[in-house]
This record gives sequence, structure tokens and C-alpha cells, in this order.
Amino acid sequence: MEILIQNIINALQFGSFYALIAVGYTLVYGVLLLINFAHGDIFMVGAYIAFFVATFFLGEYGLISPGAMSGMAVLMLSIPLTMVLTSCVGVTLERIAYRPLRNKGAHRLYVVITALMCGLILENGNLALLGASRKKFPELIDKAVWTFGNISVTNLKVAVIFTAIAVFLFLHFVVTRTKIGMAMRGISYDKFAIPLMGIPVNTIIVFTFILGSGFAGLAGFMFAMSYPILEPYMGALIGWKAFIAAVVGGIGDIRGAFLGGFLLGFIEIGVVAVFPSTLRDMMAFSVLLLILWWKPTGLFGVAKTTKI
Amino acid sequence: MRKALFLALASVFLMSSVALAAQTIKIGFNLELTGDIPKVGESSKRAAEMLKEDINSAGGLEVGGQKYMLEFVYEDNESKADSAVNVALKLIERDQVMAIIGPNSSKQAVPAGGTCDDNQTPMISPWSTNPDATLDRPWVFRAAFLDPFQGPVAVDFATKTFSAKTAAVLFDISNDYSKGLAEIFKMDFEKKHGAGTVLAFESHGTKDQDFSAQLTKIIAAKPDFIFLPDNYNQVALILKQAHDLGWTGPVMGADAWGSAELMTLCGDDCKGQYFSTHYAAAGATGATKVFIDRYAAKYGETPDDVAALTWDATNIMLEAVKNAGSVNSDIRKQRAAIREALAAIPSFEGITGSMKFDEQGDPIKCAVVVKINDAGEFVFTEQVCP
Repeated sequence: MEILIQNIINALQFGSFYALIAVGYTLVYGVLLLINFAHGDIFMVGAYIAFFVATFFLGEYGLISPGAMSGMAVLMLSIPLTMVLTSCVGVTLERIAYRPLRNKGAHRLYVVITALMCGLILENGNLALLGASRKKFPELIDKAVWTFGNISVTNLKVAVIFTAIAVFLFLHFVVTRTKIGMAMRGISYDKFAIPLMGIPVNTIIVFTFILGSGFAGLAGFMFAMSYPILEPYMGALIGWKAFIAAVVGGIGDIRGAFLGGFLLGFIEIGVVAVFPSTLRDMMAFSVLLLILWWKPTGLFGVAKTTKI
Repeated sequence: MRKALFLALASVFLMSSVALAAQTIKIGFNLELTGDIPKVGESSKRAAEMLKEDINSAGGLEVGGQKYMLEFVYEDNESKADSAVNVALKLIERDQVMAIIGPNSSKQAVPAGGTCDDNQTPMISPWSTNPDATLDRPWVFRAAFLDPFQGPVAVDFATKTFSAKTAAVLFDISNDYSKGLAEIFKMDFEKKHGAGTVLAFESHGTKDQDFSAQLTKIIAAKPDFIFLPDNYNQVALILKQAHDLGWTGPVMGADAWGSAELMTLCGDDCKGQYFSTHYAAAGATGATKVFIDRYAAKYGETPDDVAALTWDATNIMLEAVKNAGSVNSDIRKQRAAIREALAAIPSFEGITGSMKFDEQGDPIKCAVVVKINDAGEFVFTEQVCP
């Protein structure tokens, strides 16, 4: 019983990261019908930005004297700054890679290939710029381990899970209750009619990228705090898995991205808890395959209608 | 005018390269400069550079009464098995090297060793401990002890120090080194303590970052200690997560922990743990101390075991080049002569201890167990000799 609860907590934490990244895939897909394969690497860039912002406030680069700010203050300043800087990266990609293709009326396939290339450029650019050596993310807050019997929870784990839920509620609110959310849904419904209504399509698309990349930055920050070793390829595998989670949830639907992320977290942890750990990915993805077999558009997916 | 200048330049380059080719001894290095364990490749390269400068500044290596300059070619195998094979082929065919040092990790050294053996090029792996790297490969040698020796060292040490009767193992399934050592450890531990005393035998993938499910299983089994034959970068993540899940017992590692970067990445979570390794820098004497001091002065950090083993491996290789007696312009004959000379070296006094080679090309040498103290230094605890 205690092992079960412990594993549920483990799964909630790991699923939170999948969910936070899957949201980025789903938002961009919902608006543009584009699978932004660079998203996993934007998450990686987010983690690196988090590293540099946090070490900057901790006084590593001389502009701020070391120890002048408490860990909590550093955290409070770093999170919004990381989100802003990461969304700049996402928007830059949109401006220099995706928009020119869209303006030329290129088929969606070519934009997807471009996204794949952008991801590789981000990975290898990081490798060229910062070298292969790993970075250790500093500990910003004092870790507290709470134990109940044989169950252990850290304050960080709780924070991660609550952040994921808060992000979900926020996004759900934005998409369903605000004008800009209505415009996003409008574009996904009919992107040729929407400009005729006087809605600036490009602005809405940029806003979508700001949301998606910003939360990838947040995910990168939380991830770097939970797993404090950063390397240039850290975004690739988790990005792929989050994409699969988004598809299983029904890509284009925010509830689907969240459910898919947590579902993948639960299946992965569950497989290891019951079976030999070598079988993890094989069994986890077989289960997801079965779900798609049963419902090809994903759990919340509806074939070809309004999404988001 | 421009054309003439170009021709003149080209001829200078051509002539100089011809002149160089006649006088240099070319050794290839197959190193992990990027990928999972970049620090390993870096340490290896630094030690080799230091040795090259030493010899070249003294006028070169004397072979058969004539001095030759050394030329080291460093290639990156990205810490991948397939790239290590490509690098080996590139060094053998394109660069026409006399011999190869590396790869370091068994994951790369096992496949690359096969390539070198097939192409009849002598190779020494400084750091690989998996038996398969040299097994039935007359052209492949190594400078490190073997896992069938290291595994029992860990079992005996843990039995004695933690009075352990049960154990748990977590290892990397896609890494020859980690998997091989974990299996040897399990076999030996169960032989000494009875079947089923390894309470959990869990694995993970190379790119994994979350180990909470495996660790939950391990902690729930309540072993006396955890054996963790993993690379230093994963050790840092695993120990942190184990402590987050409430583990307070001892963890024992193996020689892949011994990187100069371990403490930077791992911090407080690694303090107080033990691992078996090739040498202990703290408290070294003699030639080892001279090496450590010079390396520390040059690069600003204590050399890790990879650096020390590369130093030894390269020295053994140069010894063989010297013993081959002459430099033959036919590279195939030269390689064969070096292999014969390598196999004929009866024993070698290195800075990681003295070694005798058996018929497989594996050295018989001692292992040390070090403890990570509160200052993050690797302190000598015990030496175990075969």
C-alpha cells in the first residue's frame, strides 16, 4: 500500500513534466495544425536559460555580489525571467523559420521538417556554444523531505505537481474564457475566414508560441531543479515522449495533453513498479498504442473539428 | 601573381608534410570528447598532451638510435558504440596511425576493440574493465583491472564495512560496463551470502533522468546497501533521488564514479559513499605524486583515474614502439612489430601501480577503495590485490 502511494507520487511528479511539455505541442498544433518538433529542445533551452538566470542572480558573473539574495528571492525572480526569455526563443523560431514558409504557402509537411531541423540546430548549437560538459543546477531552496511511514515527499515534488495543475487551470481559462482564446479556437476552426473578421492571425500565432514556449521554460526550470544535471540532448527524448502523450490525449486539446502526460507518467512508473525495469518503454508504448488503436484521434480527440 | 603564391605555399605545405611524415610517430586516440561522459575524454586528452609535450620538448622518442617526434591524433567517438567503430576505422585507414589508445569506456572499447583486432592494429584501452574488450583479441590490450576482479572487491568490502548481508543493484542496461559489472556483482554476492540475497536487481536506460520507480522498489526491499556501477553523471541524479525518497543507507560504486567532475555534479549527496577505483590521488607518493602535482599545476584540477590510466597506457604503447626497434615505412609491418613488442612486455611500473600482463593482454594489478570525505576528496581506504 505504501509502495503504491509512493509510486503514485512519483508518477504525478514525472507526469507533470510530460504534461507541461505536451501543452506546448497541443497549443501550436491546435492553432496551426503544425507539430512543432523543436518543442522538446525549446524545453532544453528553457532549462539552460534557467541555469544562467539563476546563477546570474546568485552572483556567478560578478554583477551581483554572491549571497546578496536569498534562494527564495532568486527563485521568484528567475521563474518569470526564464519564462520570458524562453518564449523569446520560441517566437524567434516562429519568425525566422515557420512564418516565411507559411507566407509562401508551403505545405504543412515542410514546416514540420523545418521544425525538426530547428530542434537539431538548438541541440547542436548548444553543444558548440557551451561544450559537452554537463552543468549542475544550483540548489535554490532548502530541500525538505517529509516522511509518512515509508512514504517520502519533498517540497519540490509537491511544488511541481501543483505548478502543473495551476498551469492547466490557467490555460483552460485563457482558451475558453478570453477573447484571445476565442480567436485561437477560431483560427483552428477556419484560418481563412478568421482574418475576414478583423482578427490579426499572426498576432494570435505569436501569442500561442509565447504561451507554449513560456510554459516549456517553466517546465525546464522545474525539471532542472528536480534533476539538476543539464546536457544538450536532455530535451530530445522527453520531448518525443511528451509529443506521444499529447497525441494519445488527443492533440489539439489541452485537457488531452494534461491527461496524456499524466497517463504516460503513470504507465511508465507503473510498469517499472510491477515488471522488470527493462520492459518500461516497450510496455508503456504498447499500452499507448492500444489506446490509439481503440481511439485513433486520442482520448479527447474528435476527428477534424475545433480543437483547443 | 596569386597563382604563383598559391603554388609556392602549396609546395611548402607538401614538402613540410612529407618531411614530417618521415619523422613522426603517429598514435591515434579514440576518445569520448562529447556525449554522455565528456569529462572522461577530456581527462584522457589532457594526460596525453602532457606526455607528448614532455617527449617532444626533449627532442622526441628514440627508436633504434634515431629520434622521432610524436604526433597524436584525437578523434571524438561521442560516447557511442557505433561512432567508436567509425573513429577506429578512420584512424587506421585515413590517418594511418601506428597504434590506438582508447576508447575508455567498455561500451565503446568492446566494439572498437573488434575493429582494431580485425584490422591488425594494436590498441590499448586505458579505462575499460569489461573482459570482452580484450577477450580472444591478440591485438587489444588494456591498462585497467577487470570487472571479474572488481566485482568481488566490492562484495568483500561491503560485507566487511557495512556488515552487509543483503544488497540491491541499479545499473544501466545499455552500457556493457555497467551491465557486466552488475551481473558479476550479483553472482559473487549470492555465492557468498546465499541465493536471493540480492533483493532488487533493477536497470535503467542511458538517457533516463527519473529513477524514482526503481529506487522505490529498491528502498522497499530494505537492502543493507545499494551497489551502483554507473557513470558519474547518472550517479549524481540517482543519489539525489534516492535521498529524496528517504534512503539513508550506504551506497557503493565502481570505477566509473572516479571522474574529476563527480563532485561538481553530485555535491553533498555523494559525500560519505565508497567506490572501488584504480588509484587514489589523495596521499599518493613517488612518481604518482609527481604526475598529480604537474597535472594539477597545468590544468588546475586533480587528475582522475582516466587521466592517470591514459598516462600509463600511452607510456606502455611508447615503450612498445621503442622496443619494436625501428620505424618501418610499411605501416602494416610496423603495427605487427609493435604488437609483438607489446605482448613481450613482461611487466610495467606505472603510476597506477605495477602491472603484469597475462596472455589475454590484461594487466594483473591492485584495486583501491576510496571514501568520499566531507571535503569532497577521494580518500584512500583500502587496497586489494589479486
